[in-house]
Amino acid sequence: MLLPQERECWLALAALPGIGARRFHALLKRFGTAQAAWLANEQEWDGVGGLTSKGWRKTLAARKPELITRLQERLALGDLYAVTLRDEIYPELLRHIPDPPPVLYVKGTLQPEDRDAIAIVGTRKASPYGEKVCREIANGLGRYGRTVISGLARGIDGVAHRGALAAGGRTIAVLASGVDKIYPPEHQGLALQIVAQGALVSEYPPGTPAEAGRFPARNRIISGLAQGVIVVEAAEKSGALITADQALEQGREVFAVPGPVTVRHSLGCHRLIQQGAKLVVSIEDILTEVPGSLAVAGQAPTMALSAQETRVLSKLHWEPKNTGELVQATGLPGAELAVVLTLLEMKGLIRQLPGGRFASA
Amino acid sequence: MLAQVNSLALEGLVAQTIQVEVDVAKGLPAFDLVGLPATAVREARERVRSAIRNSGFEFPLQRITVNLAPANVRKEGSGLDVAIALGILAATGQIETGLLAGWYFVGELALDGSLRRVDGVLAMAWGLVQQQRDPAIGPVRFLVPSRNQAEAARIEQIATFGGQNLRAVAEGLTKGIFPPVGLGERTDQVECLEQEGPDLAHIQGQPLAKRALEIAAAGGHNLVMVGPPGTGKTLLARSLPSIMPPLTTQEALEATMIHSVAGALANGVSWIQSRPFRTPHHFTTLAALLGGGRPPRPGEISLAHHGILFMDEWPEFSREALEGLRQPLEDGWLTLSRVGGTVTYPARFMLLASMNPCLCGFAGDPENECRCTPLAIERYHNRISGPLWDRMDLQVAVFRPEYGLLRQESPGGETSAVVQERVITARKRQLRRLRQVGRFRQVYANGQLTAEMVRETCPLDVKAETLLQSAYDRLGLSGRGLYRTIKVARTIADLRGADLIEGPDIAEALQYRLP
Repeated sequence: MLLPQERECWLALAALPGIGARRFHALLKRFGTAQAAWLANEQEWDGVGGLTSKGWRKTLAARKPELITRLQERLALGDLYAVTLRDEIYPELLRHIPDPPPVLYVKGTLQPEDRDAIAIVGTRKASPYGEKVCREIANGLGRYGRTVISGLARGIDGVAHRGALAAGGRTIAVLASGVDKIYPPEHQGLALQIVAQGALVSEYPPGTPAEAGRFPARNRIISGLAQGVIVVEAAEKSGALITADQALEQGREVFAVPGPVTVRHSLGCHRLIQQGAKLVVSIEDILTEVPGSLAVAGQAPTMALSAQETRVLSKLHWEPKNTGELVQATGLPGAELAVVLTLLEMKGLIRQLPGGRFASA
Repeated sequence: MLAQVNSLALEGLVAQTIQVEVDVAKGLPAFDLVGLPATAVREARERVRSAIRNSGFEFPLQRITVNLAPANVRKEGSGLDVAIALGILAATGQIETGLLAGWYFVGELALDGSLRRVDGVLAMAWGLVQQQRDPAIGPVRFLVPSRNQAEAARIEQIATFGGQNLRAVAEGLTKGIFPPVGLGERTDQVECLEQEGPDLAHIQGQPLAKRALEIAAAGGHNLVMVGPPGTGKTLLARSLPSIMPPLTTQEALEATMIHSVAGALANGVSWIQSRPFRTPHHFTTLAALLGGGRPPRPGEISLAHHGILFMDEWPEFSREALEGLRQPLEDGWLTLSRVGGTVTYPARFMLLASMNPCLCGFAGDPENECRCTPLAIERYHNRISGPLWDRMDLQVAVFRPEYGLLRQESPGGETSAVVQERVITARKRQLRRLRQVGRFRQVYANGQLTAEMVRETCPLDVKAETLLQSAYDRLGLSGRGLYRTIKVARTIADLRGADLIEGPDIAEALQYRLP
């Protein structure tokens, strides 16, 4: 545990521009304490982290007492709090990655069972297939009491959070902005739910806007918080693959969900599998590979369906179809198909996609 | 000497009797026309002068005063020429004044004295019928240019005569006989406005869109088709006229009247039998689309009365044009208020719209990647306001059919004739029902039912009611959306020949809705 004054300096030092985890640790090594680094005169910074005092100029200029008071005032509002590397509740897994973030800002709660967490990452432009698989996996993890970690982005990230929430499980979103700046804006509501059933986490002080440069650094926390990373749909060069790379560096298990070989958004996953990632077919593949300390499974509800409903539903199992294809596949006339589709939709078993296609929910 | 002749002028579709009073007195030769004549009417003086001379009559070199009563109504058009000319002939004693009583004259004069056709004689004849109900007026006789006679003769309650030229009219009046000009033309001048579109059987795939067309035709419902470019939306739309039920006599009368007033009847056509199919381009001005101008003329939406208004590339229409559709869609008429007066034109059309899912056209298409950002897609969709979208009873997606379907040898599916037969039967059921509840005068199809009429005409069985309720909760339907669903279900039940709306009818109706 840190003394209050040293703790304040930790937060302030980590919040300085130009200071990331690596430089923070270099400074700590050079000066012994954050307070010493904060108070040291400019010449003493020369050479730390391979930078001359000239290179540190911008950082040094920002070293003002107001920064400390501003941060403390913000924290005093009480809707979010800071966790330092020296605190006991700092996530154990994250503590041991190379360059762990010195400070984490948290909105929501961190729980001991979060150490069994699994991360799910993937493309922002998810296909209905990717969304379906992602939802099933997140749902399963939630039911087995495993926390789902992701990045609150559009597409797969959002579906992963929602899937875990729907199963009543915990989920943690790692942001590349301050925890009070939700990006993308349409996930504002989702963020509120996550706070209630998990946490928003960021290494950046509150008020930091989302910027492109911060996303790769954010990805290392996603994998760092989890025991394994599941990649659901990723193009060949994508953030999700960066996360997978970092997971390997951190010694985490990497899983990949296969897709059609013709689809660009599954190519990244297939490359991962070629390189030795575990191929995921069902939730059990993950649970046997990374067993958690608890294992409680809920039951999926079953529903009575008519013969026609089953027929239509079975045709939608793998990929979405439009009504023309469904008429051909099921042999039902258009009017009857319309009836069955509505009934299935009302039962929550299928949903309509933009463009008039249908996919199993 | 003084003479009085009856003529007619139109205000919108309403015919108004105009009394043409002619006074010829001694004095310096002059020809004055008073009583708020518009330019075309004022120019009648020159036409009348030449026509009288060239017909072998004498034009008086005296002081002529013509008054058009009532003097406070602005008179438009050239239909008053004949009445003015006959008034002058009577006032100068060249024909007997007494002969003109009970007659109504409408027609434009050519300089040689022949009668030219005018617009709107059907509406005038219809207006005369309303007047004839007044016993004080007695039987009326209506003389129109012979080119217009077939059109006017559609109204059988009044005696209609056709005149070739001024001389013949004067002689006919004097002798009391009119040659039966053009009476035989009545039947062969019945015309279709548009040539038939493609047959439904020639369109491959799209089973749901075809079904939606059938329901739309049967119930007069508004329909919007959404799909990528080149998938056949326009083709589907053009095939709609081939399955529409023919106009009933009452509907045909109203449609022909509007076309007649707008001068939109093709040459020689006197009666519209097939449903109008109007396809305004999205550059069409507001006045041309909704009606307007001076004098206010019916717009495309009124020309589509009892027919179809097809708006291709729907979101490309201007915001005012789209929002301007809302009121007529709801009420079935549009009132044009101008400084010069107020005119109401009926506009009970069926709106058929087609649009792409986004600007590039490929949102939701599995084969082609959409290049639009989520914001751009939303903005595209926002061009159609929520309330307008809510008025589209049927919403269907149209998609790229598979190669095999396109290259198929034999045409697939039913022909338009087969579908049209079902549509006609279903439409007859609706008319019978509407007559029973005494609503026949206002509405002719399920799509036009108001919320109150829905309660009178759309009984739901228990299962349908349960389904509708859970749909209301689960799918977040609006109140209007709820009635829309019931109306469509009503038509679906009519198509299968049932009076009670059952569960499957509601389920199918719910399917024609896009998020």
